[in-house]
Amino acid sequence: MAGHESTIVAMVRDRPGVLNRISSMFRRRNFNIVSLAVGQSEQPGMSRMAFVVNGDDAMVDQVIKQLRKLIDVATVSPISEETMISRELALIRVNANASNRAEITQIVEIYRAHIVDVAPDSLIVEVTGDEDKVQSLKNLLSTFGITEMIRTGRVAMVRGMAQVASQNGRTDITQPA
Amino acid sequence: MMLTGGQIVCESLIKEGVDVIFGIPGGAILPLYQDLPDYPQLHHILMRHEQGAAHAADGYARATGKVGVAFATSGPGATNLITGIATAHMDSVPTVFITGQVARAAIGKDAFQETDVTGITLPITKHNYLVMNASEIAGTIKEAFYLASTGRPGPVLVDIPKDVFVEKAEFEYPETVNLPNYDVPQGADPEQVQEAVQLIKEAQKPLILAGHGVIISRAYDELMELAEKAQIPVITTLLGISSFPETHPLSVGMPGMHGMAYASLAINEADLLLALGMRFDDRITGKLSAFAPNAKVIHVEIDPSEVHKNVRATVPLIGDLKKVLQQLVPAVEPKSHEEWVQRIEELRVEHPLMRPKVTGELRPQYVIQALSQATKGNAVIVTGVGQHQMWAAQHYTFTKQNSWITSGGLGAMGFEVPAALGAQVGRPDAVVWSVAGDGGFQMTMSELATMVENNIPVKFAIFNNRYLGMVRQWQDIFYEKSYVATHYTGNPDFVKLADAFGIFGSRVTKEEEVLPAIKAAMKYPGPALIDFVVAQEENVYPMIPAGGTIDQLMEEPIEGHA
Repeated sequence: MAGHESTIVAMVRDRPGVLNRISSMFRRRNFNIVSLAVGQSEQPGMSRMAFVVNGDDAMVDQVIKQLRKLIDVATVSPISEETMISRELALIRVNANASNRAEITQIVEIYRAHIVDVAPDSLIVEVTGDEDKVQSLKNLLSTFGITEMIRTGRVAMVRGMAQVASQNGRTDITQPA
Repeated sequence: MMLTGGQIVCESLIKEGVDVIFGIPGGAILPLYQDLPDYPQLHHILMRHEQGAAHAADGYARATGKVGVAFATSGPGATNLITGIATAHMDSVPTVFITGQVARAAIGKDAFQETDVTGITLPITKHNYLVMNASEIAGTIKEAFYLASTGRPGPVLVDIPKDVFVEKAEFEYPETVNLPNYDVPQGADPEQVQEAVQLIKEAQKPLILAGHGVIISRAYDELMELAEKAQIPVITTLLGISSFPETHPLSVGMPGMHGMAYASLAINEADLLLALGMRFDDRITGKLSAFAPNAKVIHVEIDPSEVHKNVRATVPLIGDLKKVLQQLVPAVEPKSHEEWVQRIEELRVEHPLMRPKVTGELRPQYVIQALSQATKGNAVIVTGVGQHQMWAAQHYTFTKQNSWITSGGLGAMGFEVPAALGAQVGRPDAVVWSVAGDGGFQMTMSELATMVENNIPVKFAIFNNRYLGMVRQWQDIFYEKSYVATHYTGNPDFVKLADAFGIFGSRVTKEEEVLPAIKAAMKYPGPALIDFVVAQEENVYPMIPAGGTIDQLMEEPIEGHA
C-alpha cells in the first residue's frame, strides 16, 4: 500500500462549477491531492487540468475512473514518470539588500531563474522547472529569508514518441502511458 | 414556436414520455405549476412532503424501468428532496428532479427560500444543472433524461430560476444530446469474454452473484440461461432479489451480514465468483481481505469505477450486463457441478434460515412467510431499512421478476411508504405491499393522505415492535442490551390512525389472525394497513458483524428451541 505521487492530466469542459465538481469528488472519495493546475487548452471551450495525487496504485486507479465518471470531464490520462515532461513555476519574494543582492543574483543565474522585481529590501525571483529544481532553489534562497512564495503546481505533458504508444489499452485498466 | 420556460418544461417532459409527476409547488416553481393544466397528459400527484415525492419517483422508476420525475420548489422544497435523491443515487435509480430556484437576479443574495441546490446535490446526483436561459431548457431536459436512464442509471437534477419559467424562447426539442465524452458501455472486450469463458470452464465451485444490474438491464433470461447451461448456483444480493426465481433449484438466496448462512458459507468455499451488476458492498463482503479467499472473480459491470474498487477482479467485463451475457452465454460450455450443488444443499440443511421457536409471541418471520403464501409470491414488496427489511428479504419467496423494491445503499427509513405509492402508480394492476417498520412508517406516513386522495391501494404491513429494531439489536449484541433511545413508548394507535386517514386498518397479535387479516386487506379496494404487533426483542439472524468474517457468523441461539 505504498503511497507515491502520480500525475494525471484531464481535459474538462469549460463550464461553471466544473472545478467544484472535481474538487468535491476528490474530497468525498478521500483522495489525497498534492497539486492541481488548470488553464485553457488548445481547444476552445475546454480546459486542461493537471493533478498530482498521492496514493497507492489502487487509489490512483480509482481517481482516474471517478474522474472519467464526471460528465464534464472529457478525457483522463495518467502520465508515467519516464514519459513525462513536467514543469512548475514559482514566484519567490526574498529579502535582499545591497550587500547580498549580488550573491542572490548569482544563485538565480545558476538556476536559470529570473529576477522579475527589485525593491530596496527585497527581490522577486521567478523560477521554472521540475519540483526538485524549484525546491532546491527555495532551500538556497531561504537562507536570505523568504517572505512570500506562490507555486503553480505541476503541469505536465507526455513526450512526443510516448504519446503514440499509449493509445491502446483495455477498457478497465488504467495503465500509465 | 415561442413558449414560456414553464411550457417548454412540460413539452419536453411529454417528449420524454413522462405521464406522472410527484411534487409539491411553492413560490419559485409556481410559474411551471400554473402551466400544468394545459398539459393533461402530465398527471401530477400532490405529495405531503418532498421526501415523499423523491421516494415516490424512485419507487415508480424501479417498478417500471422508466425515469421517475419529481418537482419541488426552491429552498426547503429542494432540501427536502435530498434523502430521496441520495437513495436513488446509491441504488442507481433513473430519476429526474426539477426544482424551482429564486429569480436570476436574486441568486447569491441569500434571497427568501434560496438554497444552492446544485451545490448541495452535486455529490448525490449523476449530474445536475442550473438553467439560466429558457432557450437552454429543452436541451438540458433531453440530456437529463439521457443521463438518468443510460449507462449506470441515476438521479439528475435540473434547477430552474423562477423568471426563466416565465421567459419566452423558441421551442424545438433536440433529437440528440451533445455529450461527446459520455460513454455508454455496450458489449465487453471479446478477448476478456474469452478469458471469462475459460475461467468458467476451469471452475469446480462457481457461484453467480446477481445484483441490481440484472434488473436494471432486464437480463433475467440471460441470467437464467447462464445458470442453467453451466449449472452455476445463483446468489442474489439485496438489490438483486427478484432477478432470479427463488423456487429454482439453483437459487441460493442472499449473502452477507444478514444473508442466508449457507449463501455466505458457499461464497467462502467458492473458487469462482461471477459478479453480475453488483458492487461488492461492505454488507456483502465484510472484511475484504477474508472475503471469498479461494475465488477468482469475473466482474461484469457497466461502471468501470466499480471494478477493483473493493474486490480485485481477475477478469473484468465492462459493459451492459444484458449484452455482455449475450456474448458470454453462447460461448460458455454446458457443464454440471453436481458435487458443488450437493455441497451447497448440505450447507443449507446444516444452516437452516429459521429454527422454529415457540415463544407465544407473534414472530415477524412468520408474518412474512404468511404474506408470501397469501400473495403466492406475486406481490411487489417495498421495504425501508432495518429488521423488517431483512426478514422480508429472507422469508418472502420471490418468484416474479422485479418484485422487490428496497432502500439498499442509503438504507433510508421511511422509504417504504412513498416508494410503495410510486410503485403502485407505476404498476396499477400489481398488488403492492409496503412492508414497514413502525419507525420508518412514522417518518413518512403523511403520504397515506396522498394515497387516499389518488386512490392508490397500497397495502401496509407494519412490523410494530415498538423499537428501532435493528438499532436495538446492535445494542443487544454489541452494547450489552443498553437500549439507548430506541424504545418507542408512545406509538400511535395505527388502526385509529388508519381510520383517521380513511383507510382500512386492522391489528394482529396472534399467528392465527395473520392470514385472515392479510386476505381482508387485499380484498379491500383501497389502501389498507395491518398493525402486526410482533415480538419486541426478536433479532435478525444469521448475522455477521460489520467488517467481520465468516468465522464470526452468528446463528440464532439454541436456547428456547422447540
